Amino acid sequence: MSDTNAQSVSFVRDKMLPESAPPTLERGVVKWIRENLFSSILNSVLTLGSIYVIYWIVAHLYPWLANSVWYASSLNECREIRDATVGPGVPSACFAVITDRWEQLLFGFYPNDAYWRPVMALVAFLAAIAPVLFVSLPRKLLWFSAASPFVMFSLLWGGSIWGPITLAVGFGVGYAAFVLLGRVAGALVSVLGSIIAPVLFWMFLAGPIAGALTAVAPIGLPFVESRSFGGFTLSVIIGVSGIVLSMPLGILLALGRQSDLFIINKVSVAFIEVIRGVPLIVWLFTAQLILGYFLPPGTTFDLTLRVIIMVTLFSSAYIAEVVRGGLAALPKGQYEGADSLGLDYWQSMRLIILPQALKISIPGIVNTFIGLFKDTTLVVFIGLFDPIGLSNAIRASTDWNGIYWELFVFIGLLFFIFCYSMGRYSLFLERKLQRENR
Amino acid sequence: MSTITDPPKPGFRLSQLIYDTRYRSLTIQTVALILLVLAFSWLISNTIQNLEALGKDFDFGFLSSRAGYDINQMLIPYDNSMSHGRAALVGIANTLLVAFLGCVTATVIGVLVGVLRLSKNWIVSRLMAVYVEAFRNVPLLLWIVLIFALLTESTPQPRDFREGGSASMMFSESVAITNRGVFIPNPIWGPNSGILIAVFIASIIGAILYRRYAKKVLFDTGRLLPMTWPALAIAIIPTVLFYFILGRPVSLEYPVLGGFNFQGGIQLRNSLIALWVALSLYTGAFIAEIVRAGILSVSKGQTEASFALGLRPNRTMNLVILPQALRVIIPPLISQFLNLTKNSSLAIAVGYMDVRATLGGITINQTGRELEGMLLLGMFYLAISLIISSLMNVYNNSKKLKER
Amino acid sequence: MKTVFLGVLATAGLAAGVAGAATLDDVKARGSLNCGVSTGLVGFAAPDADGVWEGFDVGVCRAVATAVLGDPDAVTFVPTTGQTRFTALASGEIDMLARNTTWTFSRDVDLKFEFVGVNYYDGQGFMAPRELGVSSAKELDGATVCIQTGTTTELNLADFFRVNSISYEPVPIETNAEALQQLLAGACDVYTTDASGLAASRATFENASDWVILPEIISKEPLGPLVRHGDNEWADVVRWSLNTLIAAEELGVTSENVAELAAAPTNNPEINRMLGTEGELGAMLGLEASWAADIIAAVGNYSELFESNIGESTPIGLARGLNAQWTDGGLLYTPPFR
Repeated sequence: MSDTNAQSVSFVRDKMLPESAPPTLERGVVKWIRENLFSSILNSVLTLGSIYVIYWIVAHLYPWLANSVWYASSLNECREIRDATVGPGVPSACFAVITDRWEQLLFGFYPNDAYWRPVMALVAFLAAIAPVLFVSLPRKLLWFSAASPFVMFSLLWGGSIWGPITLAVGFGVGYAAFVLLGRVAGALVSVLGSIIAPVLFWMFLAGPIAGALTAVAPIGLPFVESRSFGGFTLSVIIGVSGIVLSMPLGILLALGRQSDLFIINKVSVAFIEVIRGVPLIVWLFTAQLILGYFLPPGTTFDLTLRVIIMVTLFSSAYIAEVVRGGLAALPKGQYEGADSLGLDYWQSMRLIILPQALKISIPGIVNTFIGLFKDTTLVVFIGLFDPIGLSNAIRASTDWNGIYWELFVFIGLLFFIFCYSMGRYSLFLERKLQRENR
Repeated sequence: MSTITDPPKPGFRLSQLIYDTRYRSLTIQTVALILLVLAFSWLISNTIQNLEALGKDFDFGFLSSRAGYDINQMLIPYDNSMSHGRAALVGIANTLLVAFLGCVTATVIGVLVGVLRLSKNWIVSRLMAVYVEAFRNVPLLLWIVLIFALLTESTPQPRDFREGGSASMMFSESVAITNRGVFIPNPIWGPNSGILIAVFIASIIGAILYRRYAKKVLFDTGRLLPMTWPALAIAIIPTVLFYFILGRPVSLEYPVLGGFNFQGGIQLRNSLIALWVALSLYTGAFIAEIVRAGILSVSKGQTEASFALGLRPNRTMNLVILPQALRVIIPPLISQFLNLTKNSSLAIAVGYMDVRATLGGITINQTGRELEGMLLLGMFYLAISLIISSLMNVYNNSKKLKER
Repeated sequence: MKTVFLGVLATAGLAAGVAGAATLDDVKARGSLNCGVSTGLVGFAAPDADGVWEGFDVGVCRAVATAVLGDPDAVTFVPTTGQTRFTALASGEIDMLARNTTWTFSRDVDLKFEFVGVNYYDGQGFMAPRELGVSSAKELDGATVCIQTGTTTELNLADFFRVNSISYEPVPIETNAEALQQLLAGACDVYTTDASGLAASRATFENASDWVILPEIISKEPLGPLVRHGDNEWADVVRWSLNTLIAAEELGVTSENVAELAAAPTNNPEINRMLGTEGELGAMLGLEASWAADIIAAVGNYSELFESNIGESTPIGLARGLNAQWTDGGLLYTPPFR
């Protein structure tokens, strides 16, 4: 032991100090607040402004929601309950209208005991698109996807099941024609055959066959008129059938727009531009007011179907633009590679180009669907009972005359849930595709 | 030796039309053309038969007959003794007005929100996200109806502005916000106001010329002239001077409460405001996403490289980031403008008298000329959208990435 | 694509048949009457919570369905807006329109429709808040007026203010419900529509007594059901179904005593002819002999229909006024059943 050491070094720490906590300003919530909310003057102003906005909204909405009345049979009864519980003049929501009419808002005038049918149709639809949307599922499920339009049709409209089945057989006829003619004659003939054969089948054979089968074995659900569709069921039906039915036409239009054939190209461009240039509401009025002029004299079919046809044509133009984007995004090497393999136009499209182009178009298609689904509310202007139309009809009953916000909140919320989740999915897919392409 | 294969036989066989790629495209197109013509003639003959059956004709004469209905918002003079054609023009003017106003505000909202959504301020970026998602995922129609109802319910009635009423005018008795609309002062153009306008336009041109000159000096000599303040001064000061020199040629007519409602001034009707606000907020949400994507699309290396060159942050933004981001932003932005214009046809929900309400609504309803009316209406919208999209193509071509 | 789709529709049996000249046969073959109604007007047509349509106009549809098919529920109600109603009728989408539609010259002649009668005599009136202090429509100079667009009221309004040389500011609104919201909030000074609609709406206000209906009736609005031009057999069926309702009230036949009166001939030959116990009026129309009795049994007579939907015992509380029988000083006057 040396003293010198002890004298020259007055103090030596031989143990680690315990860690002291960081200054209050630099830790935990305070630090987070400082960095995220008050990092500069501008930021502080923005933060305070935002907090005020949130406070303002909550302060106005909260009492209205907190005092809401859920069980009453009319608006006047709601007001009486409010007067009795919280006093007159206090803001109070009357959600009793929702408890009274929610079935109508969801299903329209669909028969009460058959509500399971639209629900099952929705389930069938979700099951059908699952293999398209999530690649990890087994490919065999795609057969169900192909069958699902007919399943959904039978569920929703009911009637004899032989109609949809013969309809589906028509597609089988088309495929058979394609394969058989493909062996005998060239590709072009087989393509033409695959279009003409099913059309002939549907025009001349399908009706009698379906009729005969129905007479022999009348299987099927009770028929429901499309006029009974309403509320969200109607929105979903118009939106979904618009997108699904428009896919074939949309793809053809996209190919037409890319085509070198002058007339085909110009016709596709003209169709797409005309449809996209005019607002949907004008097309809906066209469906309502003047579609009848273009059909053979005397033909008339019901408004819901006319709207579905119009919406299909409408969305096919938008789908065409999305698919065109997908086609344009493919590297040129893919086209050249297909050509160098000696594939003809339809083979190269079917086997090489379209599978890739459609895959990258899915997010765009989902976004188109969201837009279309929201736009289905416009059918209220031609007298169909979509949710907004129903809210008007509900207001026209003596019980609920004068009720607004509650219905709007309910309708808005349902649309939001539907569209937001689809939007999230499309975003997820976009990111995934980006990762894969990197 | 007959190793040489026979030369292809000259002459034309019918099967070449299908099997020879040189002719096949012609065949296909001819067939397509024939089908198209057939389809059209089918539609047209149906229409003729149907019109005959209904005892109607195809005639645009109704456009010159008396309309008989009133329109509340008129940008061009109109009264109910004028023709249906005139009413359609009033409607067109109203459509263009709301579309223009909507495009301007939607852009402002979209850019602000798009930038704020990228802000590091947690609460602000969350709030902006909520706004964007709420407006993107709920139908526009619902928003229009909701905002219209909100304006009606939450603003005072004109009679509340009377003595002892609960409401009062703003900005020294010049602006009144009522549930019938916002009343603002109306400028009265006096005798010399033409000169004033000329001076104003001239000074704006002057300001632009100055900026161009300053830029030229910068590029030629590297000397940096101040830009913002002198340009602003050139634009404003002469106009103000002339305003007083000419003896205040422009005066304001204030709205005053009289009878049932405010008289004088300009009335921005609630239907216009609701439609305008809803269209701007809805389209603004979409534009915000476009702006955000545009800014994110510029790679971080660009910013870093620009800093490495010694550029200051705002110059980095102006000279490096924005020009690149704009190339991504502008095309979808224009298609949003197009959407907004088409969506303005939802004016029907709030009773705004746009072209669909006059020509496509009341006129069709009173005259029973739906075929002609809808045709004109469709052609109007088509013309607008073709004009805008051809402008977009011109712009796209001029800004296309110039590669080697 | 289109042909394919039409083929699809045809196979699915959804493309409805051909709207031929004989609407009566079509309706019988179809087994249901397509009746155009309003998308919702208090007291006249509105669906209830179960989707069952109720109202005064709905009653007329049910009467016709009962006459033709014997079943008041064999009606498909097709909601139409002010803008779409005429096309729906002209195109054959609906067989008849019972949607408080005013009988005018141009609709009858130029638009090629056939009004079969009047089920409600109405007139365009004004409703204003009491505190506005207005007692006559002529004092409305400079007022803001809410109107429903796509109706005759727009034209009447323009004419009225032009004739009286006073100015106004029109606020066109798509539906009755929205117009009421505007009025209640004070966004318009007065609301103008058919006086029946005004009274019906006022009945649902929180403070109905704060609102006055101005005395002026500025137009004649005979509201009635209409059918397409050129099918007189069908027009006759609809016309006499409506007349049955009115005549039944005049003759004292109600839904309660109709079974008894129709069981055996009574002393009154006109009742007998109407109810089918004498003569064969039904066969002349191509209907069952009991068609009129069925109507009255199913929907009641005019008075019952009126009282249960819009009369003084309902919240709407309309008085009969012009719509009383001619014997009571009203305008209801049917041609005799002979």
